[in-house]
Amino acid sequence: MTPEEQKIIQERQRSRALIMALVLFALVVLFFGITIAKMS
Amino acid sequence: MATNASLLTDEAPVSSVPMPAEWRDFVALTKPRVMTLVVFTGLCGLLVAPGHIAPILGFTAILCIALGAGAAGALNQWYEADRDARMKRTAARPLPAGRMDRESALHFGVGLSFFSVLLMGFATNWFAACILAVSILFYVFVYTIWLKPRTAQNIVIGGAAGAFPPLIGWAAVTGDVAALPFALFMLIFFWTPPHFWALALFVRMDYANAGIPMLPVVAGERVTRRQILFYTSIMAAAAMAPVLLELTGLVYGLTAFIATAIFAVMAFQVSLSRETDPAKMIPERRLFKYSVLYLFLIFGAVVVDHWVYAA
Repeated sequence: MTPEEQKIIQERQRSRALIMALVLFALVVLFFGITIAKMS
Repeated sequence: MATNASLLTDEAPVSSVPMPAEWRDFVALTKPRVMTLVVFTGLCGLLVAPGHIAPILGFTAILCIALGAGAAGALNQWYEADRDARMKRTAARPLPAGRMDRESALHFGVGLSFFSVLLMGFATNWFAACILAVSILFYVFVYTIWLKPRTAQNIVIGGAAGAFPPLIGWAAVTGDVAALPFALFMLIFFWTPPHFWALALFVRMDYANAGIPMLPVVAGERVTRRQILFYTSIMAAAAMAPVLLELTGLVYGLTAFIATAIFAVMAFQVSLSRETDPAKMIPERRLFKYSVLYLFLIFGAVVVDHWVYAA
């Protein structure tokens, strides 16, 4: 693997990890909202 | 999560190692443009349903419809990767372009399917979740795997898959289905053939190269033009049915009448045309574009009509 390839892979992994973190955070907020709505 | 075929495009650098797909490719796998129509019709079904749903649960229902549609789109692309590679219109998708491997697309599609159905069930009700599951399974197994490669009637029967969202939106609120969402289901069902066949007329060679038996490929253009007019007439009856059955009021009735009349005129022009050069098929392209606008207009009118008469 060349250094350029390694850099591209790391960049893609970083952006995917960031998106996954945002999605998980949004799901936490969504599930909290659903729980409150179901309880009321 | 890797691909080593990345490199069918001019821009992509030749790589000796498998590259992980970008997150944008996962978004592209869900066919976002198709999703907008699905979300809109599902939202309209939800908004006109009688009863109340908490906004966060309504939002979740629409999110689940979107995720379910995205999952079905991903599984469709997973199954059709080889065929997509032979069509100009679809060759740039993540799988045929080699930016993603098939296993990732399969896992993404299956995971998203289960997640959307389960979330729908827990957030709203299991009846709506069942219809969502049926719509995903219908699109993948009945349309994509069974009908599409075998018969020219593929999009006639398969059109049902895209007609489910108003039923799901309605069911998310009420827990059942009634005459109005069923009428909207029938409208999308009969709208699908003229919509897709208008497209198939001017991308006929693409479908022929991919071996997909679309109507213009197996029956010819004249038959397709006649069939577009035939299904447009049934669609017109389906569009007027809600007002004739007094399920909607005059706001919808007037909008549906005018919008459908324009659709019918365009379909008539297509039926009269004998153009064989795809580049010169102006009426066909116009009908295809208008058919998308038509569905937005009709469903928007259902919601406005509901608000006017509920006020």
